[in-house]
Amino acid sequence: MVEKETIKQIRQKRADWEKQKYSKAIQENPERKQKFKNLSDIEIKNLYTPEDIADLGYLKDVGFPGEEPFLRGVHPNLYRGRLWTMRQFAGFGSAEETNKRYHYLLEHGETGLSVAFDYPTLYGYDTDHPLARGEFGKCGVAISSLRDMELLFHGIPLDKITTSMTINGPAAIVWAMYIANAENQGISKEKIGGTIQNDILKEYIAQKSYIFPPEPSMRLIVDTFEYGFKNVPKWNTISISGYHIREAGSTAVQELAFTLGDGIEYVKAAMKRGLSVDDFAPRLSFFFNAHNDFFEEIAKYRAARRIWASEMKKLGAKKQRSLWMRFHTQTAGCSLTAQQPEMNIVRVTMQALAAVLGGTQSLHTNSMDEALALPSEKAVRIALRTQQIIAEESGVTDTVDPLGGSYYIEWLTSKMEEETYKYFDKVERLGGVIPAIEKGFFQREIAESAYRYQKETDENKRIIVGVNRYKLDEEPSIPILKMDEKGEERQINRLKKLRKERDATKVQSHLQRLRKAAEGDENLMPFILDCIHSYVTLGETCDVLREVFGEYKEQAIF
Amino acid sequence: MSELSTKVIAGDPRSIGRLITLVENDAPEAVESMKQIHRYTGQAQIIGVTGVMGSGKSSLIFELALVFRAEGKKVGIIAIDPTSPFSGGALLGDRIRMMDLSTDSGVFIRSMGTRGMMGGLTSSLYDVVEILDAAGMNVILIETVGVGQDEVDIVKIADTTLVVLIPGLGDSVQTIKAGLMEIADIFVVNKADKPGVEQTVAELESMLDLVGHTEYRTPIVATSVKQKKGIQLLTSKIAEHQEYLKKSKTFDTRRRQRYEAELIEIIRKRLMDFIFDEKKLKKTVDCCIDQISKKELDPYTAADEILGKILK
Amino acid sequence: MIKKIRVLVAKPGLDGHDRGAKIVARALRDAGMEVVYTGLHQTAQQIVNTAIQEDVDVVGLSLLSGAHMTLFIDVALLLKEKQMDDVLIVGGGIIPQQDVPGLKKAGIAEVFGPGTPVEDIVSYIKKNVKR
Repeated sequence: MVEKETIKQIRQKRADWEKQKYSKAIQENPERKQKFKNLSDIEIKNLYTPEDIADLGYLKDVGFPGEEPFLRGVHPNLYRGRLWTMRQFAGFGSAEETNKRYHYLLEHGETGLSVAFDYPTLYGYDTDHPLARGEFGKCGVAISSLRDMELLFHGIPLDKITTSMTINGPAAIVWAMYIANAENQGISKEKIGGTIQNDILKEYIAQKSYIFPPEPSMRLIVDTFEYGFKNVPKWNTISISGYHIREAGSTAVQELAFTLGDGIEYVKAAMKRGLSVDDFAPRLSFFFNAHNDFFEEIAKYRAARRIWASEMKKLGAKKQRSLWMRFHTQTAGCSLTAQQPEMNIVRVTMQALAAVLGGTQSLHTNSMDEALALPSEKAVRIALRTQQIIAEESGVTDTVDPLGGSYYIEWLTSKMEEETYKYFDKVERLGGVIPAIEKGFFQREIAESAYRYQKETDENKRIIVGVNRYKLDEEPSIPILKMDEKGEERQINRLKKLRKERDATKVQSHLQRLRKAAEGDENLMPFILDCIHSYVTLGETCDVLREVFGEYKEQAIF
Repeated sequence: MSELSTKVIAGDPRSIGRLITLVENDAPEAVESMKQIHRYTGQAQIIGVTGVMGSGKSSLIFELALVFRAEGKKVGIIAIDPTSPFSGGALLGDRIRMMDLSTDSGVFIRSMGTRGMMGGLTSSLYDVVEILDAAGMNVILIETVGVGQDEVDIVKIADTTLVVLIPGLGDSVQTIKAGLMEIADIFVVNKADKPGVEQTVAELESMLDLVGHTEYRTPIVATSVKQKKGIQLLTSKIAEHQEYLKKSKTFDTRRRQRYEAELIEIIRKRLMDFIFDEKKLKKTVDCCIDQISKKELDPYTAADEILGKILK
Repeated sequence: MIKKIRVLVAKPGLDGHDRGAKIVARALRDAGMEVVYTGLHQTAQQIVNTAIQEDVDVVGLSLLSGAHMTLFIDVALLLKEKQMDDVLIVGGGIIPQQDVPGLKKAGIAEVFGPGTPVEDIVSYIKKNVKR
């Protein structure tokens, strides 16, 4: 972006500056660290100049928002036109309780819904399953049937608001419940909008809420792509996620590389079935973490956009919309401390700001008490207000990609892209994503980074305020969310009633047809929908699929 | 008989686990029980499972155990993982693949670290096999580490040794240590759902042709845990091998070799304990080593000196 | 005689967050202990049977899903029933301070919450192992 001659002069001048001004300065104020490395172990220099981005051409490599290479954004006017969706992940106890929380959040200004399910639901078990013992509603809402879905969205206009659902193993089934509920409310499939996470590859790698082995899981996912593109056009049938990979301990570079790698794998799987990439690619979405290293996170989002656009072109995408990397962000759960929890408000603010400066389409901010329990009303309100203050009071939304052109940011963006391609090569040599998963490659990389992070923290090489420095002897206690203790009993009774009142013959015949279809290769969504409409439960549906597909068992990788 | 021995023979899991710990730790209390239970051993079939890392040994053992259980047999499983030479600790994670068997009272699974015994199987392995045998296990499956001397040593203890490979190793069949290829009573090509099975099997066959076996030609079985294929065939080959051993009297010879190895191991341990015991010969040994370092003494003369003190 | 501390690191229930459990397992290994790691989705029955067969000195439970009051106590009660009184039980994960007394009463000796340096866990075990 700067002429060669000028670069030469800058290089010369910099050398002088280092030798004279800088060496003098560090004699007076020695560097606080031997090396300054970011969370991905990339060494950060004292200063960045045009020399560091000498090879970057503005028109070719940076460009304009809404155009290739999409580095500066997928929408030409971004937040000047429309703010990001404020979408707080929420769910606990029974559907009724969570419905109340959704109304609370909507009243306080959130603009999109996001559902957190409890563990039994995530694994496709009804609340009364023996393995559900003790787990009902603890980390999300319990949804065992269409009935629960009806209660969950009671009083919420599903044609006016979009919903994101964090569900993976049984994603197709829970999506069917959402669709069926909307239809019962008189809202057709064409009108509903939202996202299902539905990203099984990262489950094997990081989040671990898988049910079936890789092949049948990929089949189910492509079934949803196909069904969605034909019948539910406003729905994002996948949220290709890096958040959980990061939470499991990976670096930012690994988060970037592994997520985009997964994305490419999904595209290839869909194309293998014969779907045209331009049909489903516009509805692929992404989900990233917003962690502590402020500039690294911004560079990460930007690099993701440029890499994805380039890769999609290589895969044959012709439509511009197929090249868009649209993403939701959540601030890093693993960065929250149980010590001096109010400080988490500050952490979340910085992280949210990074996501906004990175151009996120949708954002969830964590509540300060989440290292202890699920968010209390007050804590989640503060988290929402954090977004609103950034949006209304900071001025960062007045221009698109404000940090574009920063020598540091552009250098770091390109550096992360470079590191990402190194990972792409490694995975390619292992035979692709699924063979790499089976060989434990990603899991090992993540475990190594996690262990290194822990060591650095324990050795005080990495400071966490309140944990290994600036500690308090007496920690003040903060009020914690209390859930309705009668919720589980109500849910179990509801299930009993449902099983008694529904048409048993319909249930049997629909389950039988589902089984047959699962053994073959038809698209399973219509069969699942039939089951759901006749009030077959989540567990009953998944049990059939468990029998046909088998269950996945992981290996131990440290 | 001691209470511990009685309980072990009765199959009490707590006691079995406890006695195994005692022998692993070289506890003197273990000796009495080990002496008492030996009479009750001898009916267990011992199957060694070795092979390259990542060949799916744990999952295979799990599947084999299921078949043996269906036949009404009691199954003991010993899963061995390497002990870190630096810290002396070990991460024992093979059990993960077998957790569905944790609540089956007819199965006993124990994880062991190699505990860094200078090459060779963990020295207490012989004891652990005797314990599980005496406790009533009909089959004992031993999963070894997959690298190093251990794989080859397994043949000293097992009646039937399975060497597990995976397809797609290409010409790595040649690069796998010669010793490993020789000890196999059965070759298992696991993960047979992956490409390259026929090639790997063919390479094994041609290698066997070169060696030329007389009465017993090592069978090659392709298995896939994912597709649930080949497991029954494998168990029948194991049974065939057992038959062959009994008929050809090789069984008795092998058993004899095992007890010989076991006895040698016990003697070696006792000897080493004696020599390196502070109150016994350690001072003499340390002094000899100093002298050897200073070239005032050579190792052979030192050995004469030390052994002389024992063999008096 | 060599005595190694044997530790069972287990994740009861459906919680799939294993980052912490794996780090602790590794740290214990680096401190010279033998660590049996049984992976995800363990029932109390599976955990206790494993503890018996492996004759462990310590059972370490990790949980981040909020179900600790039920699941940790299930394991502690079952261990007691099987007379495994010489086993040290410790736990970690997302456990609010107000729940710790209840857990301790049920037999969990110590709870290591978020931000605990692994060295603290190692030294606690070394100091408090019962055998």
